[in-house]
Amino acid sequence: MSDKRLLLGDEAVALGALHAGLSGVYAYPGTPSTEITEYIQQSPLARSRGVRSRWCTNEKTAMEAALGMSYAGKRALVCMKHVGMNVCADAFINAAVTGVKGGLVVLAADDPSMHSSQNEQDSRFYGKFALVPVLEPSSQQEAFDMVAEAFRLSEHFRLPVLMRLVTRLAHSRAAVEVGEAAPQNPLSPDDERTRWVLLPGNAKRQYASLVAKQLEIAACAEASRFNRLEMPGQAGHDSVGVIAAGIGYNYVREVLPAGVPVLKLSHYPIPAPQVRELAAQCSRLLIVEDGQPFVEEQVRGILGADYPVSGRLTGDLPRTGELTPDCVAAALGVSGGQPFAKAEHLAPRPPQLCQGCGHRDVYAALNRVAAEFPGARIFGDIGCYTLGALPPFRAIDSCVDMGASITMAKGAADAGLCPAIAVIGDSTFTHSGMTGLLDAVNDRSAITVIISDNLTTAMTGGQDSAGTHKYEAICLALGVEREHLHVVVPLPKNMDEITRILREEIAYEGVSVIIPQRECMQTLGRKLRQKKQAQ
Amino acid sequence: MKKIDIKLCGVGGQGILSIATVLGEAATQAGLQLKQAEVHGMSQRGGDVQSDLRLSAEPIWSDLIPLGGADLIISMEPMEALRYLPYLAPDGVVVTASRPLVNIPDYPEEAALLAELDALPHVVRLDIDALARESGQPKSANMVLLGMAAPHVGLLSAEQLRSAIAAVFARKGEAVVQANLQAFGLGLSHSLQSVSK
Repeated sequence: MSDKRLLLGDEAVALGALHAGLSGVYAYPGTPSTEITEYIQQSPLARSRGVRSRWCTNEKTAMEAALGMSYAGKRALVCMKHVGMNVCADAFINAAVTGVKGGLVVLAADDPSMHSSQNEQDSRFYGKFALVPVLEPSSQQEAFDMVAEAFRLSEHFRLPVLMRLVTRLAHSRAAVEVGEAAPQNPLSPDDERTRWVLLPGNAKRQYASLVAKQLEIAACAEASRFNRLEMPGQAGHDSVGVIAAGIGYNYVREVLPAGVPVLKLSHYPIPAPQVRELAAQCSRLLIVEDGQPFVEEQVRGILGADYPVSGRLTGDLPRTGELTPDCVAAALGVSGGQPFAKAEHLAPRPPQLCQGCGHRDVYAALNRVAAEFPGARIFGDIGCYTLGALPPFRAIDSCVDMGASITMAKGAADAGLCPAIAVIGDSTFTHSGMTGLLDAVNDRSAITVIISDNLTTAMTGGQDSAGTHKYEAICLALGVEREHLHVVVPLPKNMDEITRILREEIAYEGVSVIIPQRECMQTLGRKLRQKKQAQ
Repeated sequence: MKKIDIKLCGVGGQGILSIATVLGEAATQAGLQLKQAEVHGMSQRGGDVQSDLRLSAEPIWSDLIPLGGADLIISMEPMEALRYLPYLAPDGVVVTASRPLVNIPDYPEEAALLAELDALPHVVRLDIDALARESGQPKSANMVLLGMAAPHVGLLSAEQLRSAIAAVFARKGEAVVQANLQAFGLGLSHSLQSVSK
């Protein structure tokens, strides 16, 4: 039996994984990957099968737990946005050295154009770095089909398999044909200790075995049904050929002049024989790939310096930003029409903190107090409250990566900057802020940390936050002094109390933590609506 | 007509994705192919949001609509309709709410903005919030807008859209379904009047 469902790319991955016999999904929310785990959390099939799906504290705990499930013989999925790969890189790279038992699929959702991110890093490099197969679907249907193949490959090669999505596929809907769900793996823990205990002696053997697998991994990509050389008859020798990776294939097909040969590429390592075959039929190649010039650089290596290859490195496609049908059309020399010019009466409309949001009151208080200290710097972090950088608040001086507010404030304080203030959200604090706070406590750094607690992971849509109702206990346990730990309610009526505490704690030459605590307006509103509906 | 490309736009929180969901449901029921690229995440917090919806009897490749390719722009906000003008096809139609949502300090002058809109060849605009409020359905402004756009969707009939509204809002109860259907009807009759003029 098969039926068609309208699914986001993310949801296609989720359902594909469930149908492939998934036993657990491990993830920290991050745009554009969040909807994968959410779909599994709401799936009746997942519930009936007891699929484990709670949010994890960060991507590293997620990756390691998934590896443990794989060790026990079952199929596990790890999902994250691209920068999450940096957080779990240690576990990911070494999981390729130990290898896996049950299928382990790692899904990284990249965000070219940085719709909701701080960089455009391309996760395919991580797959190459770890020496594992990488799959990159071009459509929602392929995303669904590919997950089952990824699990099969993972168990066949006994390696993690990396799947890469980009925002435009993750967050685009299309009909997907789905079939029957396969059974889950039984519990069957691995017995091969030398594989899993990466002492140098074992690790050397394991790494050599990983390297030895590379020929078979390459041969598998060359034979993959997801890579396809499309040669419409005999091309002229002065013609262009296209290598279209992942979603890039759709843009090529949207605008392609008939008769151009295309290598559709969705399974890496890059199949060198097909690249050579395509190159032999054409006089030059255009590489169309979303993200960084991963394929382009390697194709130059495969074909040598004399063969003309164009793409993002040559400027035929923009070096930054996501692909569009328009830039691909331009690179292929197809002129598109644009009958209407940009409008005259137009202003940018950046996102902003919701009306009534507690972060607003936090920034109002901080700005008032910081104005009294001309040397003050406020180190921000990743979340809704990063919007405090924009007008009307313009309150934060930095936002780099998850947890960096506390540690950067600490380093700046070490250098003599005073006062050094950190603003971090509740979920970001448990993700990557706690260890930095321990460093600051141990060093008795003169920093003031504000954990702006809205009882949820708000930016990504209100997922459960790992430390809710535990922040005071966590800070005390890390060694923050009781008298320098305050919980306040960020409301305009409490402004005097909050500013007084801020002033006192900024004056304290040690670690202080202030926890403004009030539920996110969005999650609160949703709960009230659900309650009303239930009545 | 074999295909239609629709740019849906507005400000985060205005209900753009609900319009997209209804159109998607109707297209699926009608057996059409569809691709719908949405915006999730940061920009949903009061920023500009848009969704590319492509419906076709034939396979659709790109998830994104090319520049100059949108047959229809449906916007919950007049300046947001203008933002996507470079995507409008030569004979494309703009269906938009008239009332500005001013949540930025440098919002353009309203009269000039509306004049620029009205200078376009095919525009339908209306103060949908006022209409929704007057009719006692203040939360259904987005369905008023969909009703206004309905005669221009081409591949889908008003009846198909009504049945999709019923299906999409069914889980919220009969009262919500009726409110949305009524809002849709208001928009539709307005649109038919302005087309006939």
